[in-house]
Amino acid sequence: MSATASAKVEITHAVGLHARPSVKFTKLAKTFPAAVEMALAEAGPWIDAKSIVKVMAAKAPKGTTLYLRAEGDGAIEAVEALVALVTRDFDEAGEGEAHVRSA
Amino acid sequence: MVLPAESGLTFRGIAASAGYAQGRVFRLETRVSRYERKASPALEVAALETAIETASGRLADLASHSSGDAADMLEFQIAMLGDSSLSGPALDAVAAGKAADEAWSAALQAEISGYEAAEDEYFRARAADLKDIRQQVLDVLVSAGSRDAPAGAILVGDDIAPTRFLATDWSQGGGIALTAGSSASHVAMLARSRGVPMVVGLGPVPVDFDGVALLDAEHGSLLLGAEGEAVELFRTSADAFLASRRSAQAHLHKPAVTADGTPVTMLVNVADPQDVDAIDIATCDGVGLMRTEFLFGKASGLPDEENQYRAYRRVLEWAAGKPVTIRTVDAGGDKPVAGFTVEETNPFLGLRGIRLALARPDVFRIQIRALLRAAVHGNLKVMFPMVAVADEYQRARAMFAEEAARLGDSGVASAMPPLGIMVEVPSVAVAPELFADAAFFSIGSNDLTQYVMAAARDNASVAALNAVTNPAVLRLIAAVARFGRDNGIPVSLCGDAAGDPVAIPHLLKAGLRDLSVVPAQLASAKAAVAAARV
Repeated sequence: MSATASAKVEITHAVGLHARPSVKFTKLAKTFPAAVEMALAEAGPWIDAKSIVKVMAAKAPKGTTLYLRAEGDGAIEAVEALVALVTRDFDEAGEGEAHVRSA
Repeated sequence: MVLPAESGLTFRGIAASAGYAQGRVFRLETRVSRYERKASPALEVAALETAIETASGRLADLASHSSGDAADMLEFQIAMLGDSSLSGPALDAVAAGKAADEAWSAALQAEISGYEAAEDEYFRARAADLKDIRQQVLDVLVSAGSRDAPAGAILVGDDIAPTRFLATDWSQGGGIALTAGSSASHVAMLARSRGVPMVVGLGPVPVDFDGVALLDAEHGSLLLGAEGEAVELFRTSADAFLASRRSAQAHLHKPAVTADGTPVTMLVNVADPQDVDAIDIATCDGVGLMRTEFLFGKASGLPDEENQYRAYRRVLEWAAGKPVTIRTVDAGGDKPVAGFTVEETNPFLGLRGIRLALARPDVFRIQIRALLRAAVHGNLKVMFPMVAVADEYQRARAMFAEEAARLGDSGVASAMPPLGIMVEVPSVAVAPELFADAAFFSIGSNDLTQYVMAAARDNASVAALNAVTNPAVLRLIAAVARFGRDNGIPVSLCGDAAGDPVAIPHLLKAGLRDLSVVPAQLASAKAAVAAARV
């Protein structure tokens, strides 16, 4: 029997769902067998959360509410893990700090 | 040369790197893709799949040598290339009968248009990443059918990319004949420093010619299908040229002194740390310009601090106490660097040189730290390119001070080198007194000339205007030299003019006594100094 899960989370990262966060987001999504989808509105359109092309094309800026849903093995864990990643600002410090660090 | 009518076709252009070459014509691919369609849709699909895989592999290779922002960008590109949402529509179109290159371009164009239409600036800027991805796969598709030039060939084409020049085997001679191009381009600089004969601006050359060509890059001509007397004349000129070059060699080991006894400091320009292996330090007074863009143009991405430090240290140790002036990264203009420079409609007037370095402190500070650490290994001087206002110099100098303090706090050995500026933007040459706190001036005559004359360096059709000997340019050079002399600020010149026997007497008359030339021109420049009177 297949599990389903859904959640919504606000993107607080400074730039939004940009290149580096999108890479992390889709990589994490791919670690779960469940089909994972995301949308910028509850009514959709829903896109494949494992596709970097689709996730980037959503162009979600800071402050966007991200809707997530998953179906299949590990659906609950997948949604939980992705929500946690977004809440943690994708494990990134602010842009300014990142520059200082890499200098 | 006066040629008999039956001796083939002669094309006249502009000599960009002096010398003579005789060899078979090799047509360079033009920039237009020459993808060859495969026999069936199935083979076409396989070609596209292989190209995507190869491009991914190259990116992965680059990523393994990168860190920081460069590594992040590459990882993003790899993820995009590996996503079937991107390749799927292209592969479907190919399976339905479309050519691989067209289908790939069309699929990527759809994505690119989406980003270009984005309201958010960050997402709009991603269009450049998608264009990069598109080009990388197209490059693989196109190059699958392209050949390397055989050693000793005369490369004929509209223009030639610097990477193509570097990938060519010049050990058996050969030369470059361009229908367009410019003697001030980056490739022309490379050709002069390697001693590869090159002629630009030849105009239309028949594409179907397949035989031996004679390239006279002393006077600027290309002869196709020459026979008899024309070949004899060519050989006579080539021999005379070599003889005069040999006699110039006699000057190589002597100090440069004018005919009326004024000593001139002769420095060399270095484009790559490896260049110094071929130079005897005893033949010059040090390095007047060490470029650092080549370090940044490597396939392995932006260089890290350690690699830069090693490159700078190597040249400083080779110089054995003689001064080495290293120019901080001068990317932009005709010197794009992936992951660093930006695409601009008018790059020569855009974000290049110190402007780009200040806009990208993450990249610039790494170079600054490497320079500060290298400074303990010799007589280092550092200069900033494309300075236009004093604030740029002061900001860069402040960053040097900050990084020096950090290195000091961490107990890392470092030293503060004298910090000078390139004089290449007319605003500096007109009002040098605004930059009196710079430790030294180095006149970049290539850019100064193109900005004063409003004639691009890479445009054959305005090449005649791009002349350092124009009185306006010489007057600015003389004014900067005088200001330096009056205020105790050393002034040198490191553009192509420093190695040009015609320009040298003018530069000396303008008051310059420090010239920095490409190593291949050191002997002939010394000979020209010896013949001049000031």
